[in-house]
Amino acid sequence: MAQQTMTVHLKVWRQSGSDSQGRFEQYTAEDLNPHMSFLEMLDVVNEDLIHAGEDPIAFDSDCREGICGTCGFVINGQAHGSERGTTVCQLHMRSFNDGDTIVIEPWRARSFPVIKDLVVDRDAFDRIISAGGYVSVGTGPKPDANSIKIGKDVSDKAFDSAACIGCGACVAACPNASASLFTGAKITQLALLPQGKPERTRRVQRMVHQMEDEGFGNCSNIGECEAVCPKEISIDNIAKMKREYLRAMLSDT
Amino acid sequence: MTKLDARMPDGPLQQKWEQRLEEMKLVAPNNKKKHDVIVVGTGLAGASAAATMGELGYSVKAFCIQDSPRRAHSIAAQGGINATKNYPNDGDSIWRLFYDTIKGGDFRSREGNVYRLAQVSNHIIDQAVAQGVPFAREYGGDLANRSFGGAQVSRTFYARGQTGQQLLLGAFQAMMRQVDRGKVKMYPRREMLDLVLVDGVARGIITRNLVTGEMERHAADAVVLCTGGYGRTYFLSTNAFNSNATAAWRCHKRGAYFANPCYVQIHPTCIPQSGDYQSKLTLMSESLRNDGRVWVPKDEADVDKPPHQIPESERDYYLERKYPAFGNLVPRDVASRNAKYMCDKGLGVGATGRAVYLDFRDAIEEQGRDVIEDKYGNLFHMYHKITDEDPYEVPMRIYPAVHYTMGGLWVDYELMSTIPGLFVAGEANFSDHGANRLGASALMQGLADGYFVIPFTVGNFIAEYDVQKVSTDHKAFDATEDDVQDQIERMMSIGKEGSRTVIEIYRDLGKIMYDQVGMSRTKEGLEQAREEIVGLREEFWNDVKIPGRADGYNKMLELAGRLADFLELSELMAIDASERDESCGGHFREEYQTDEGEALRRDDEFCYVAAWEYDEDGDPKMHKEELEFENVELSTRSYK
Ligand SMILES: Cc1cc2nc3c(=O)[nH]c(=O)nc-3n(C[C@H](O)[C@H](O)[C@H](O)COP(=O)(O)OP(=O)(O)OC[C@H]3O[C@@H](n4cnc5c(N)ncnc54)[C@H](O)[C@@H]3O)c2cc1C
Ligand code: FES
Repeated sequence: MAQQTMTVHLKVWRQSGSDSQGRFEQYTAEDLNPHMSFLEMLDVVNEDLIHAGEDPIAFDSDCREGICGTCGFVINGQAHGSERGTTVCQLHMRSFNDGDTIVIEPWRARSFPVIKDLVVDRDAFDRIISAGGYVSVGTGPKPDANSIKIGKDVSDKAFDSAACIGCGACVAACPNASASLFTGAKITQLALLPQGKPERTRRVQRMVHQMEDEGFGNCSNIGECEAVCPKEISIDNIAKMKREYLRAMLSDT
Repeated sequence: MTKLDARMPDGPLQQKWEQRLEEMKLVAPNNKKKHDVIVVGTGLAGASAAATMGELGYSVKAFCIQDSPRRAHSIAAQGGINATKNYPNDGDSIWRLFYDTIKGGDFRSREGNVYRLAQVSNHIIDQAVAQGVPFAREYGGDLANRSFGGAQVSRTFYARGQTGQQLLLGAFQAMMRQVDRGKVKMYPRREMLDLVLVDGVARGIITRNLVTGEMERHAADAVVLCTGGYGRTYFLSTNAFNSNATAAWRCHKRGAYFANPCYVQIHPTCIPQSGDYQSKLTLMSESLRNDGRVWVPKDEADVDKPPHQIPESERDYYLERKYPAFGNLVPRDVASRNAKYMCDKGLGVGATGRAVYLDFRDAIEEQGRDVIEDKYGNLFHMYHKITDEDPYEVPMRIYPAVHYTMGGLWVDYELMSTIPGLFVAGEANFSDHGANRLGASALMQGLADGYFVIPFTVGNFIAEYDVQKVSTDHKAFDATEDDVQDQIERMMSIGKEGSRTVIEIYRDLGKIMYDQVGMSRTKEGLEQAREEIVGLREEFWNDVKIPGRADGYNKMLELAGRLADFLELSELMAIDASERDESCGGHFREEYQTDEGEALRRDDEFCYVAAWEYDEDGDPKMHKEELEFENVELSTRSYK
């Protein structure tokens, strides 16, 4: 079957290393199948660049089905592009028009230094988790799983928070480069569940302090994070984190 | 030559593991911190192993390719994880899970290993719940279960369609807690490129820093490989982009035997390829076959017609026709093979002609759209998003894709390879699934290995062998690092002049593998594949084009190294498949089928594990581990 193809013009941020100056470069991608994913379009552009003896555009990806959180960059000013609840790898060329110009740049945040082109360093997220984003249980004999009853509504709510893929779009979209949605989601998940209750105070304090130490900004309730989150994690998680933090400050005297 | 000894404990099946645990030597608590353990890979197997060993007191170093351990391929698992809790009171037991797994694997796995897996399955659920993993629950607060992959009991635990994500985050968080305690040191964006042996014992690894390109040396008292499967040998698969066989293959080249490489699982319900640019394939959970009906047009002339214009009488519901008892619920391998046959006959649909319909029209009519939406809403949404077609209105198009590899490095009962000190866990080993894996059992195996087996068996090894420290200045590290460096330099120098990109050569390999080493194999085809692979390997080493430099982030160089290994492993897969003159599980040889076209197992001759020893001159040697069945009777699968 004959298929319509499309052409797009790209303005891509190129930066050879964390210390070097970056700049936008222009490319034209032709003969694209609208059913391609955005990353497959970049794959095609890269194949052409390689044949032309140039350095391909560096970007990270792994699962390419919206669950690992590896991919992510800003498309036309929006983290992960304009489609709601979608990671870059799940975006398809059919959501663009033939002839469009598309601007692509990396997450921009002080705590996410650029490694190369569209690839950034998100280690700060892992350090926030290691500050307290867990339940302190060792491996070994445990009470039977059904001895802890958790109502479906609570469990579902905890799941909604646990769905975070740690991609960093929330930070990239926030004018303050705050990591509150990411941090709040983990704090909320564990605060809702009985398993997380014993460490509630210590957890929220340590995670919030780590977030600040990493240089992420404060949350001023702008809501951009929720709007770009590919898993549509609610900003309520931030309110919950703030309440947990207040509670910890009051009880921990 | 190493003798293949599975070190299976004597005694009754039910007591083997307990007995082995009792016999094991222990490392004194104060001494544990003096012992370094390397864990390569942070998927379910690696993260759970690293967390547990860190907590026991060992000094653990963990490595992964991704920028964060949380992103390992395990994150993508959808359907669920099995355990024998028998919460629904439907008659499940350790024995039943054991038997189903052995039978599902077409009697090509070890009884002792599989029984242990079933035994520890319940602990995994207890462990995950204690960590705060949000499994699906009933209104009363109990955990919910479902039946999966044609099982007759409801033993599958799940967390919406994101079971792998939630289990992995549980293990990841447990590991990050040990990072905080200083017991685990995490090295992300690292690729293990070789294993260092001192006096024949695994004593360290060489890694490449994927950001700076630097070579790094790490020494340890034991190395645990949890690097996942080799499904990406086929280029297109449901596996994540960075999944690879490099760590396992390089260990193989250092002496670890590779077992049953030809056992590959091809999953029937994936979204078909839409064009040549395709980079990976997306799985649609097999639960869809509970309600969807598979068909193709009877007449080749109809394949391009919109499906609703093809009248009922002109549709071939071929699974229902050929397998009246199981219909659309036949096992994965049977469903996959039949889809291929239909497309080979020219009856495939869609733009590429490599797809069959999975139709929900009747289910929606009978049960109502709401019920279907409730069951499969998220899957329908995902399908719609990827294909831009609404499966409530038009039938889905599906096609089989490589999904899981049952083969892997050979390990004994304690999960140690033929190299002392090198342990292998998760999908990277061959141990539990025989010739075919049942749904919801890979997550179970990864976590069983990592939480409940490896931490003890590694300790036993350390105590028993009385390993002495080595330094990374040891000449073995010099020599191994030189080998790695040489290979990279060689690739880069060919890469400057070459004309074919890594991806182009890689796609060619994928095509050879799908055509000849895929769902349906023949001796002739396998021999042809072998020749083609050798040719392609030569092409790679003469004409590959690699951009950029070796001293920094270079995705294509990473991929080139992995492709170089796939180009060798693929040949071993073809050899193994051509030596196995029978059909079993995921391995179907056209010469060995019944009159009705079903798999013909040949237990008299092939009831063994084929463990391959590497040979530099391309003539690998097979060692057989005979499989003994003392507790189950070998039966034939029948789905008619
Ligand atoms: C789409 C999909 C759905 C699935 N659904 C289910 C399901 O519902 N139930 C089920 O039981 N199973 C399922 N499976 C199978 C299951 O997910 C995998 O078999 C399992 O997660 C593998 O876990 P692992 O820990 O062995 O390896 P992986 O999760 O693959 O992890 C491998 C790790 O090794 C690292 N690594 C690899 N090579 C190197 C190297 N050279 N150097 C350093 N690090 C390296 C990687 O970075 C990664 O951290 C599914 C699989 C797929 C593809
Ligand atoms: S690549 Fe995994 S979320 Fe996009």
